[in-house]
Amino acid sequence: MNYIMALLLAFLCAPAWAHKPSDSYLTLRVDGSRIEGQWDIALRDLDTAIGLDGDGDGRLTWDELRTRHAAIAAYALARLQLAAAGAACTLTAGPQLVDDHTDGAYTVLPLHGTCPASPTQLTIVYRLFADTDAQHRGLLRLDAGGSVRTAILGGEQPAQVLALAEPSGARQFLAYLREGVRHIWIGYDHILFLVSLLLPAVLVRRGGQWQGVTDFRAAGVEVLKTVSAFTLAHSLTLTLAALQLVTLPSRWVESAIAASVVVAALNNLWPVVQGRRWVAAFLFGLVHGFGFASVLADLGLPSGALALSLLGFNLGVEAGQLAIVAVLLPLVFVLRGTAAYRRALLPAGSLAIALVAMVWLGERVFDIKLPGV
Amino acid sequence: MKRLPWTVVAVLLLPLFVVAAPRLPRSGGDIVAVLPVRDDGLQALRARHAAAPRAVAPALELAWRYVALGRATADPRYFGQAQAVLAPWQHAADVPNGVRLVRATLLQNSHQFDAALAELRRITEQDPRDAQAWLTQATVQAVKGDYAGATGSCARLSTLTGQLESFACLASASANTARMRGSERLLAATLQRDGAARPELRVWALTLLAEMAARRADAGQAGQRFRAALAIAPHDIYLLGAYADFLLDQGRADQVPALLRDDLRADALLLRQALALKQLGYRAGLATVQAELQARFDAAALRGDQVHLREQARFTLYLLGDAKGALALAQRNWFVQKELADTRLLLEAGIAAGDREALQQVIQWVAGTGLEDAVVATLVRRAS
Repeated sequence: MNYIMALLLAFLCAPAWAHKPSDSYLTLRVDGSRIEGQWDIALRDLDTAIGLDGDGDGRLTWDELRTRHAAIAAYALARLQLAAAGAACTLTAGPQLVDDHTDGAYTVLPLHGTCPASPTQLTIVYRLFADTDAQHRGLLRLDAGGSVRTAILGGEQPAQVLALAEPSGARQFLAYLREGVRHIWIGYDHILFLVSLLLPAVLVRRGGQWQGVTDFRAAGVEVLKTVSAFTLAHSLTLTLAALQLVTLPSRWVESAIAASVVVAALNNLWPVVQGRRWVAAFLFGLVHGFGFASVLADLGLPSGALALSLLGFNLGVEAGQLAIVAVLLPLVFVLRGTAAYRRALLPAGSLAIALVAMVWLGERVFDIKLPGV
Repeated sequence: MKRLPWTVVAVLLLPLFVVAAPRLPRSGGDIVAVLPVRDDGLQALRARHAAAPRAVAPALELAWRYVALGRATADPRYFGQAQAVLAPWQHAADVPNGVRLVRATLLQNSHQFDAALAELRRITEQDPRDAQAWLTQATVQAVKGDYAGATGSCARLSTLTGQLESFACLASASANTARMRGSERLLAATLQRDGAARPELRVWALTLLAEMAARRADAGQAGQRFRAALAIAPHDIYLLGAYADFLLDQGRADQVPALLRDDLRADALLLRQALALKQLGYRAGLATVQAELQARFDAAALRGDQVHLREQARFTLYLLGDAKGALALAQRNWFVQKELADTRLLLEAGIAAGDREALQQVIQWVAGTGLEDAVVATLVRRAS
């Protein structure tokens, strides 16, 4: 008797889908002017509204669902509008997945979007299923500036305005610091420019010949002067550009950066500027600063913590540079005395850098993309 | 009781460990969802409504079909769909009485009783011969504890409709008063005479009679009436819940799982299932059901629903063992509705929490109404 009872219970306790009012689950993450999100919508509701079950047998297969993806995305996105500062944000849906909630299976739409400006408040107009189920609600989870808030969307008031929490100053600072470091490490033109300046820093030119410097201190001071001049210069122009006091067309700036790498590398092969390498670093640093500014413009600077964010980004760039110097300088210092370094590594490395930078220069000046570079 | 075999325990616990995460189905033939099979009659109604969304007759026909589906399955999506059908009249100045009646029914269903009564009053003022409006009004008044008002509405109904319907109305209006026994006898005699009554009406009358027999502690007659009603409507959600409660009171929890087997999608019935498993001592099975119930309550809370207060209070008291939390929920619920189950739950939670002040208010109310119920009487004795 007990065994039969137990089996009966096992059968009974298989998960039963609940009967519940219709909800969708909308998650949005606002990051600057970018919006990423996920939208879970019940397949049952979509079937009622636009028909999913192609053969009408009540069993919805993945093939039947897949073929309706474009229709689902179009139907849903037409009923969700986001706007910041009176201007609409764009929103697109990526390939769908499937998930289960307490009342059955849902489509999971990944969302990607951008707003014209970094929003301080987000207007959401939500009308999903408003014409087929008046009790449908959208359950929103909004993640902005590191704080999460929730809202119930839909119903009598389809439009809601949600003030986004201003992230704390320290948080902003750290975020922009990280972006600064990241930008140096993924920006090969900046790295190659630095390398071009560092390669000869452990050498001195005497009588048309390279010789290794005698002590690390001398090399260190030389590098310190060069890197500081570079940093000072790009901080200056970055600030001017970020505050929109000076703006230059980005194609010119990018081309000038590529040209600076070519010149720095060629200077190692046919030295023109000697000794006063920091002067060259300063002049080219001014150009690189405009390049950083365009990155910062893409990220969007928060109005509330402008100075702090700018400082964070600058320090991030600086920290990224110092990390590269910390790895490279001891290496080239050890190798400086060898003939291989002076006769092969320095000229060949500089030549390679110059060639790559020339390709960039060509691409940027003529606005073309060469394959494989 | 013998211990459950391990395999069975594993199967019971399995749903607990299936963590949901977005997934890509493996093949195109995978069935990702089982949808309600389309019923041809409903499709035709939808098509006729879609062709002329502002036409009253097709809109009402479709809306009532949705309401009927919602009641039969306890699936609230149908009520939302009914409401959407009425959208053209949402802000209209001139609303047809038929639309108002559906609206009142939907408001009643979402426990917005005062708003429902306002709609019903407007209907009965304009058209005092609308029998359904009087009946719905009597039901809402009784749920709110306005027994005099409910009796008055039933009196108006009696001039417009048959005896069985009128006496059923009166029985539901008097169930929580000192006139319970008299109205029960009247209804029982009328039901016996009226062999040709509509099945829905018979089920309603039999359910009322069964509950009244249970109040008198006549378990034999109550069980008989419940089973007679179930023979006509085996999946009536309210009836199943009432019978399950009766079985739980009688210590016959072993009969509950089989009774509710096919209807566990309704939260109210899944709650009874959990209470039965608890009474039977099936801990593994209980854990699964309890987790599922908690997930459903959480989902309702996310959208700010207050419709499940009664179930939630009962869940909190008997399954979570949180007397204080349960009392707060039971009080909020009792503020909205005062059916026997609500009164009883408030007494039970008050006793468990040892809150004399909360109890005093209910005890006075019970004395004032003349309510007769074996369980409530025991509770009042324990509380006083």
